[in-house]
Amino acid sequence: MSLIEANGLCKTYQAGDIAVKAIKEASFNIDAGSFVSFVGPSGSGKSTLLNMIGCLDSPSCGELHVASTDVTSLSQKEAAIFRGENIGFVFQDFNLIPVLSVYENVEYPLIMVQNWAAAKRREQVLELLDAVGMKEQADKLPSQLSGGQKQRVAIARALVTNAKLVLADEPTANLDSATAHRVIDLMKSMREKFDTTFIFSTHDPKIMAEAEVIYTLVDGSIENKEELAS
Amino acid sequence: MMNILKIASKNLMRYRRRTILTTMLITIGIVAVLLFISLSGSFRALMVGQITDSMLGHIQIHKKGYVASIESLPLTLNMKPAMVEKVTDYLSERDDIEAWTTRIKFGAMFSNFKETTSIRFNSIDPEMEIATSPLLPGRLIQGDREAAFVEPGKIVIPELIAKGLKVKVGDSIVIVATNREGSVNGNTFVIRGVLEGISGPGGRDGYMHVDDARNLLRMEDNEISEIAIRLKSSKNLSKIHKEMSTYFGQFINKAGKPAFDVHTWEKLSPFSNIAKMIDMLDLFIKVMLVAIVLISIMNVMLMAVYERINEIGTIAAIGTIPSRILSLFVTEGLLLGILGAFIGSVISFIVVYIMNVKTISFSFGRQENLVLQPTLDMNEVLMISMVVILVAVLASLQPAWKASRMDPIEALRHF
Ligand SMILES: Nc1ncnc2c1ncn2[C@@H]1O[C@H](COP(=O)(O)OP(=O)(O)OP(=O)(O)O)[C@@H](O)[C@H]1O
Ligand SMILES: [Mg+2]
Repeated sequence: MSLIEANGLCKTYQAGDIAVKAIKEASFNIDAGSFVSFVGPSGSGKSTLLNMIGCLDSPSCGELHVASTDVTSLSQKEAAIFRGENIGFVFQDFNLIPVLSVYENVEYPLIMVQNWAAAKRREQVLELLDAVGMKEQADKLPSQLSGGQKQRVAIARALVTNAKLVLADEPTANLDSATAHRVIDLMKSMREKFDTTFIFSTHDPKIMAEAEVIYTLVDGSIENKEELAS
Repeated sequence: MMNILKIASKNLMRYRRRTILTTMLITIGIVAVLLFISLSGSFRALMVGQITDSMLGHIQIHKKGYVASIESLPLTLNMKPAMVEKVTDYLSERDDIEAWTTRIKFGAMFSNFKETTSIRFNSIDPEMEIATSPLLPGRLIQGDREAAFVEPGKIVIPELIAKGLKVKVGDSIVIVATNREGSVNGNTFVIRGVLEGISGPGGRDGYMHVDDARNLLRMEDNEISEIAIRLKSSKNLSKIHKEMSTYFGQFINKAGKPAFDVHTWEKLSPFSNIAKMIDMLDLFIKVMLVAIVLISIMNVMLMAVYERINEIGTIAAIGTIPSRILSLFVTEGLLLGILGAFIGSVISFIVVYIMNVKTISFSFGRQENLVLQPTLDMNEVLMISMVVILVAVLASLQPAWKASRMDPIEALRHF
């Protein structure tokens, strides 16, 4: 069984009188441990799709299973718990908590989302900071970091809970291309290390080429699925 | 929980200026309330003390109906010896009574041989009277405060009459009175003191020795108009008053009506209305404090939520459950409340301490150099602090609720 199974998934937004079909009948399976990207022009529905997979938004029709759970009709609280247990997020704008240090940012989900004991927590946070190469900066505040460094910390935060799946909506949009490639490379090596599934969206063709499976979205429909050898 | 506290306090530190301003507002509010209550309480205690300790006592007992017609000082409504004995027997049984005094009150004519005016007298046993009204000699503005308050042949007159008829200590004057049978009698007296007037019934009366009054009024029996009682502690006033009312309520006169009236000073003095006003003001300023805390915390927390929408979206997206987001913001409000309450209480204690060291005196009417001794009741401080903290939590509930209900996608899109 695949980690993600989507069948006839659709999402319609009601903007005043007009209904916007952001996703029309998308069906796909994503296996555990894969490195997937969704690409497509602006407005093609990448964010909408990722939000549904991430249980931040519920589909208007169709079926969606994530980690063998039907996520189409979770309550606000159930969805939060599900995300906390299974999904890590990496954002376009990094979204680190400004008052917390690098260490505390990575520790945050272990305290506020999952209830880890202090000793295990420390071990886990340090391991992740080491893995993303940010151990030296542990005591810095996010405002003292570069964009690439922030995204590294964000990746550590997404992985610290041992999430099965990490979703990254345009994780490199705010980075220069060299840094962007390093961030994608880091995600890839994290996939090797922790066997986590990564799904990211982008409209940068060079970044897109780093993925192993590429879904191309046009106007809310999946036009093409391409598998590249890694 | 520890961690929520830690994160909440870090957020308060992040917006340091706003935190300081809000805390200051709460602090100032608490200091203002505590100082007001402290000062008004000490003023109240002082004024009540003046009234009870120099004139009324805490409780007074009369024959039924006397107080209703006290303006005319009716000798016909005096208590007969049998009644007086019932009261004094009862009073000597109780061990919560400091002292009592018996008074014959009557109206008379006062003459300096040229002019005549009317005067009201309390005739007393000076030792009993001073034990009951220890501040009475302090009201003497002429005459020796240390000497026996009155002696046979020597009287104390109110300031008003001393001024009006231009008499002074040492002068001889004549007092003429009509007794209950209607016969008129007069005697000469020497003025031994002039008494400052105070507000309330009996505040402008003169004093003479009880033996003189019996003589003047040709009283054979030990008749008494009024018995004033001083309690060991005024805290038990209403309890003791209740017990006395019940006890004396059992005595019935020939007409089948109660024989005695038992009144607290509050029922006899107009100042009790001022005391009630002070209590009202206390309440009013407390309500103001609650409003200040409510509005300032609500305002600052709404701002905190509005400024951190993106952050709320982030922590919600990564799986923080709504109730935890709620408690994060409520904790910020709670900390603001605790901080304000604590600093406010500490400052209030310091200011009250300084006021006691520096001695604040003031004048009230003709009374000068009244010294206020403000105190802060620990229970009152704790009560007000608790209310402030509770209100701070209540005020942050609505903004925190708003934060916890946010849709993460909407929130993440917000800048
Ligand atoms: N909350 C919403 N209300 C109404 N319409 C929406 C909403 N969110 C998205 N849409 C519409 O749905 C379509 C898909 O939007 P989406 O954000 O998924 O595109 P995208 O591929 O992520 O674009 P971009 O590359 O610009 O991020 C767009 O036409 C957009 O206008
Ligand atoms: Mg998008």
